[in-house]
Amino acid sequence: MTLTVSNLRGWYGAAQILFGIDLGVADGEVVALLGRNGAGKSTTFRAIAGLLARRDGQVTFGGTDVSREPVYAIARRGLAYVPEDRRIFADLTVEENLEVGRQPQRAGVPHWTPERLYALFPNLGTMRKRLGGAMSGGEQQMLTIARSLMGNPSLVLLDEPSEGLAPKIVEDMAHAIRALKAEGLSILVSEQNLHFARLISDRAVIIERGQVRFAGTIAEIDANAEICEAFLTV
Amino acid sequence: MSFYVAQFLTGLAEASSLFLVACGLSIIFGVTRIVNFAHGAFYMLGAYIAYTLAERFSGAIGFWGSLLTAAIIVAMLGALVETVLLRRIYHAPELFQLLATFGLTLMVEDLAVIIWGPEDLVGPRAPGFKGAVMILGQAVPSYDLLLIVLGPLVFGLLWMLFHKTRFGVLVRAATQDREMVAALGVNQRWLFTGVFALGIFLAALGGALQISRDAVNHTMDLRIIVETFVVVVIGGLGSVGGAFLAALIVAEFNAFGILIFPGISMILMFIIMALVLIVRPYGLLGRLEAPTRAVIAAAIVWAPLSSAGRIAVAAIVVAVALMPFGVGDYWLTVGSEILIFVLFAASLQFLMSTGGLVSFGHAAFFGLGAYGAALAVKDLGLPLLPALACGTTLGCAGAVVIGWFCVRLSGVYFAMLTLAFAQIVYSVAFQWTDVTGGDNGMLGVWPDAWAASPHTFFWLALAVALGGVVLLRMIVFSPFGYRLRAVRDSALRAEATGINRMTTQWAALIIAGTFAGLAGALFAFLKGSVFPDSLGVSTSVDGLVMVLLGGIGTISGSVLGAVVYKALSIFLVSQTDYSKLVLGAVIVGLVVVFPGGLGGITARFSRLRPVLGPAPPARPESLG
Ligand SMILES: Nc1ncnc2c1ncn2[C@@H]1O[C@H](COP(=O)(O)OP(=O)(O)OP(=O)(O)O)[C@@H](O)[C@H]1O
Ligand SMILES: [Mg+2]
Repeated sequence: MTLTVSNLRGWYGAAQILFGIDLGVADGEVVALLGRNGAGKSTTFRAIAGLLARRDGQVTFGGTDVSREPVYAIARRGLAYVPEDRRIFADLTVEENLEVGRQPQRAGVPHWTPERLYALFPNLGTMRKRLGGAMSGGEQQMLTIARSLMGNPSLVLLDEPSEGLAPKIVEDMAHAIRALKAEGLSILVSEQNLHFARLISDRAVIIERGQVRFAGTIAEIDANAEICEAFLTV
Repeated sequence: MSFYVAQFLTGLAEASSLFLVACGLSIIFGVTRIVNFAHGAFYMLGAYIAYTLAERFSGAIGFWGSLLTAAIIVAMLGALVETVLLRRIYHAPELFQLLATFGLTLMVEDLAVIIWGPEDLVGPRAPGFKGAVMILGQAVPSYDLLLIVLGPLVFGLLWMLFHKTRFGVLVRAATQDREMVAALGVNQRWLFTGVFALGIFLAALGGALQISRDAVNHTMDLRIIVETFVVVVIGGLGSVGGAFLAALIVAEFNAFGILIFPGISMILMFIIMALVLIVRPYGLLGRLEAPTRAVIAAAIVWAPLSSAGRIAVAAIVVAVALMPFGVGDYWLTVGSEILIFVLFAASLQFLMSTGGLVSFGHAAFFGLGAYGAALAVKDLGLPLLPALACGTTLGCAGAVVIGWFCVRLSGVYFAMLTLAFAQIVYSVAFQWTDVTGGDNGMLGVWPDAWAASPHTFFWLALAVALGGVVLLRMIVFSPFGYRLRAVRDSALRAEATGINRMTTQWAALIIAGTFAGLAGALFAFLKGSVFPDSLGVSTSVDGLVMVLLGGIGTISGSVLGAVVYKALSIFLVSQTDYSKLVLGAVIVGLVVVFPGGLGGITARFSRLRPVLGPAPPARPESLG
């Protein structure tokens, strides 16, 4: 396992949101984190990335315990976080957004340059000087992924990449994610859309109210209508 | 015509200097979210160090080398301050950051006097720029022309830095979303230190460039900080372009304002600021900020005093009232002064704790009250009580006017604007010699015979302070008080229930200003005189420290804070010539030791009591 999360708990202020999450991502694997609105997917990601101020439990990445490390140090180890709300730097151009994400080359993982990313996301290549604030939602979603890839990560936390995108763009996105997997990246992707998860992932973990309710293959979920009904919006 | 051209050029030169200092402040705020009150102090240090280098070492490094070296030295000092002090308080509420940097300013002021003495120092003229150039028949100092070129040049260089270097791109990104920048693997510590050093470099360079235009002295820090605040508020915090534009506007209005209304150009500057803020509350090129962290650390449920509490308070009041039978006149005078500050601090606490409005200019109302009373006695020949009423009314009127503008803003903008207004009132009192006596103040403001003895005056002060504090508490628990707290806790939710935020906060400021005015009026009679200092920043900050000491999460902890702090500072002034140095160090120390605020501590203790709610203070987001 390149990422192992055990007994992860998290709070916003006094409100506990995560109640002991356990999950793992193997090398080169794509795992989907499923759950309804408010289940705690984004909070899990924020806790793993070190962004949640109050958290507890163990996060092991590449064999080291990173649960006490500051945000930037976790990112530098090659654990990239792609936020759900994209958080594009609106006053910076596409190129500059990518520059912020740039980190030195890392051994054993794909090395990304702006040119390679423009090849992966052709739309971005046509708007290098455009301001982040002047892009469509889909374009921003591509940019936020590309920006995180500039850090040459070995694992990417992708928070709902398909949210609010047109069906055509969702397909492009699935295509891009499969390309990343083919490069050897490990990916933990959160989704509400079971169809999209089916397109890209090997395994799935379902959470509800900050707890893991199911872990297995997508085929198992498909075979078990009760799970779908209980924990997912179908 | 040619005269106006020359005047215009003078304005441009002024704009360049102002721009250097203001954009430094703006850049620092953009990334670190700290309003660096000490910016003026670094500006002053830049001037002093440049003076020393130019006087002593210009043989080795030359005049220009001296200026540059001075700016670099001060920038390094700035980096030191950032790593040693500011890093500890990035998570603290902004009020504490403003206070800590203010404490630093106080320390630097005294240190400057210790090192360079209190006299004005006049630096050497710049080699090659000693004379004047004739433009349309008018002599324009060639040094001014140099400055005129320098401003846009620095602007251009900054533009290059921010757009063509990785450091600059990171700075711009961090100005928008520093958490995301950290999540992308950037270690912000060095980014913050770098930005702080850059901002301080610009301020110090601005100061160093002044040495051949103007005398260097230990009051130049406060003068520049007020102008700088005005410029960044007009331009928009965090915007370099805004600072440039605003510096131009302010400097040109100054240059021409002097011709039309000599002596009150300061007021002109404030009128521009007011106009801009009405049209664009976040400045010309500024942007609406996300709501800032609340000042109140814990959600404490406030309750009126229990009957046991009332008995305890009554016992204390009786004990204090009996003091005149036990202690001498000197101590009664000290006691009266403390009581007056109890009322002043309580009025500020009402504004801060109940209203959630942090004012850095509360002394304006105190001073207006003092001047109002003094004018009533001297010009109208009124006796004590009507004069007190006049003072209180003037404080109230000041709050009506100042409040109308200030409640349009919130957070740091509110704090900066109140400070700017207080400085304006201060400079009016200072410059309007015919009415206020200027620096010499107004003397001979004595109470009527019935209140003239120290013990009757003490009782008067006690009655006024007690009445004021009780009234303020009653307001806290009145329907208005509940509306005010609703606005403090969530302006959006309060407005949804039909409460008008601005009117409510305006009313709170008027109430606070009125009580402060009353305290000030009494203060004039206690001292028998009024000086512009009563309106000054240090009086405002005295009030803030009292509230902090008492606990910002409490309703009237400032009463205790005022007693402790006032007693301590009366003691300090009697013991040392460097009270600012000690006081500054105490303030900085307090903020570093209790970055969550003393209020948090009081709240922790008070949580033991059953009336209080559970919610522990939310920890701020991790910065990385
Ligand atoms: N900043 C916050 N402060 C307080 N509570 C929050 C905050 N963000 C989220 N929550 C709460 O935490 C819970 C989990 O939210 P989270 O965003 O992790 O859910 P999610 O599974 O990502 O949902 P979605 O599919 O809508 O993105 C929710 O109940 C939400 O209300
Ligand atoms: Mg989410």
